[in-house]
Amino acid sequence: MNQKLKSYTAQTYIAYALIAPAALYIILIVAWPLLETIRLSFTNSSLAGEDYVGLENYQKMFSSKKFNGIVTRTFVWMFFSVSLKLIIGLIGAVLLNANLKGRSIFRVLVMPPWVVPIAIGMLGWLWLYNGYFGIIAGVGMRTGILDGPFGFLAYKQSAFISTIIADVWVGTPMVTVFFLAAMQGVPRDLYEAAYCDGASRWDRFFKITLPQITPVIITMSLLSAIWTFNSFEIIWILTEGGPRGSTTTLIIDTYKQALGNYKFGRGAARAVVVMILLMLFAGFYLALLARINKKISHE
Amino acid sequence: MNKYNPFEKILIYFGIFVFMTFILLPFIEMFYASLRPLDHLFRSPYQFYSDDLSFWAYQEMWNTVPMLGRYIFNSFFLASCVAILTLIFVIPAAYAYARFKFPAKNTSLYILLAINMFSGAVILIPLYKLLRTLGLLNSYQSMIIPGVAFLIPTAIWLLKSYFEKIPIDLEEAAFVDGASRVQILRHIIAPLSTPGLVVVGIYAFIGAYAQQFLFAITFNQKKEYMPIPTGLYEFIGYQSVKWNEMMAAALVGMLPVLLLFVFLQKYIVEGLTAGAVKN
Repeated sequence: MNQKLKSYTAQTYIAYALIAPAALYIILIVAWPLLETIRLSFTNSSLAGEDYVGLENYQKMFSSKKFNGIVTRTFVWMFFSVSLKLIIGLIGAVLLNANLKGRSIFRVLVMPPWVVPIAIGMLGWLWLYNGYFGIIAGVGMRTGILDGPFGFLAYKQSAFISTIIADVWVGTPMVTVFFLAAMQGVPRDLYEAAYCDGASRWDRFFKITLPQITPVIITMSLLSAIWTFNSFEIIWILTEGGPRGSTTTLIIDTYKQALGNYKFGRGAARAVVVMILLMLFAGFYLALLARINKKISHE
Repeated sequence: MNKYNPFEKILIYFGIFVFMTFILLPFIEMFYASLRPLDHLFRSPYQFYSDDLSFWAYQEMWNTVPMLGRYIFNSFFLASCVAILTLIFVIPAAYAYARFKFPAKNTSLYILLAINMFSGAVILIPLYKLLRTLGLLNSYQSMIIPGVAFLIPTAIWLLKSYFEKIPIDLEEAAFVDGASRVQILRHIIAPLSTPGLVVVGIYAFIGAYAQQFLFAITFNQKKEYMPIPTGLYEFIGYQSVKWNEMMAAALVGMLPVLLLFVFLQKYIVEGLTAGAVKN
């Protein structure tokens, strides 16, 4: 017993020593800045210096109509983007799961938007959305849907939709790949048994595949909600939050306040709101993961 | 039961075609634009056909943006530094998570997952001030330091699962034979985990290559340190945008990660999905 205990504590020390470098790095570069952001949100920090101002930043922020609009807009943007990613991702996974020739090639071809640096991919979308020379406006004009050049990123509503589509493009491959992996994890004998009982393809999808991959669908919805919420580069490159603020989400607003105007205090207050929302998401996600793990270990 | 009738087959292939068009259209259009002369691109409405396609833009882009080669080098350099540093921090930690039992093990693993969910944008202000105090703004370090932090969590999870696959019996046998921990690490763990290390290193490289934008536009204003994602914006001039050359440069800029990924997609996807699907 004593021997065992000793080796256990020795193990603990070795383990902590091995983890220490990574842990310290994360504490210095992620954890400390998070706490410092909270502190800064109670100051009027700028390049010139800082003074404690109490809740002023928060009061100003929450009483501004503009900010409340930004919060609503963020969630609307997120809702459409995440739903589309899940729906298109699920359809894509079903299609690529079909036992047909060429599917292994298609599975690789889905991935580029996920792998390529977002900032570079967005240059392609800038060109596609070009109102005069882009292919989308071109098809629109030639088919008569548009009666002239149309800058997709120049008008409030179309810019809002265009940024969502570009975000869906970036996020869909990952969702597809995860759904596909989940579908392939479904035990084959379930399908064979159902097939013998005369279940149609449709039935097999809704009664076997869908229930079996539900944990992954839920996990992916939360994960893509988090990533979509964090999405910065896509909007920044396509519209910088414009025209007239119509694509300014919380992350964009935080960035603009903090590093566009160097109003660190105000930016920090926004960052704290972002942080709290993210912690809620993360909490949901981890609780869910723990539940799924428990369920699996029970079975 | 996996037989499809011709009608179903056509339907599925059509579905795949539509899906793939959405995914690949931007790339196809970028490539097509890079082959066309600029005056063909500047015709409205869009012309579907050009008769004088050429790779001219791929030559001319180096003259239009003389620093282009430097930007590509910077991207490689930054991503390599980030990947190597990430590995240095992650290898011991992942080994500890795979092999030892200790208090707060699971909690700290979940905290790592949670860190993944914070975007760099939330902590930019303190980081900006920190880098300014250290005099590191406008340097390679200003992009490397935060880059590593955001790759450590996933890299630990990935590498941990590789280490767990190495049978512990091997180590125990060596231990019984009187090998020291360092010897075990050198002669057993290192050779057996090389494939895992390569995959995690490449994952970190691709991740670092992809995340260069936010930190680069925030912490670095100096041209000579710019990575390719920010450098490409130089093709946007005061008068007009040289779209064909910009697209050519963009494709060249994304090629390295695409190639790496195509060769190693199986391993990377396996590692990443294993965490979410089976875990």
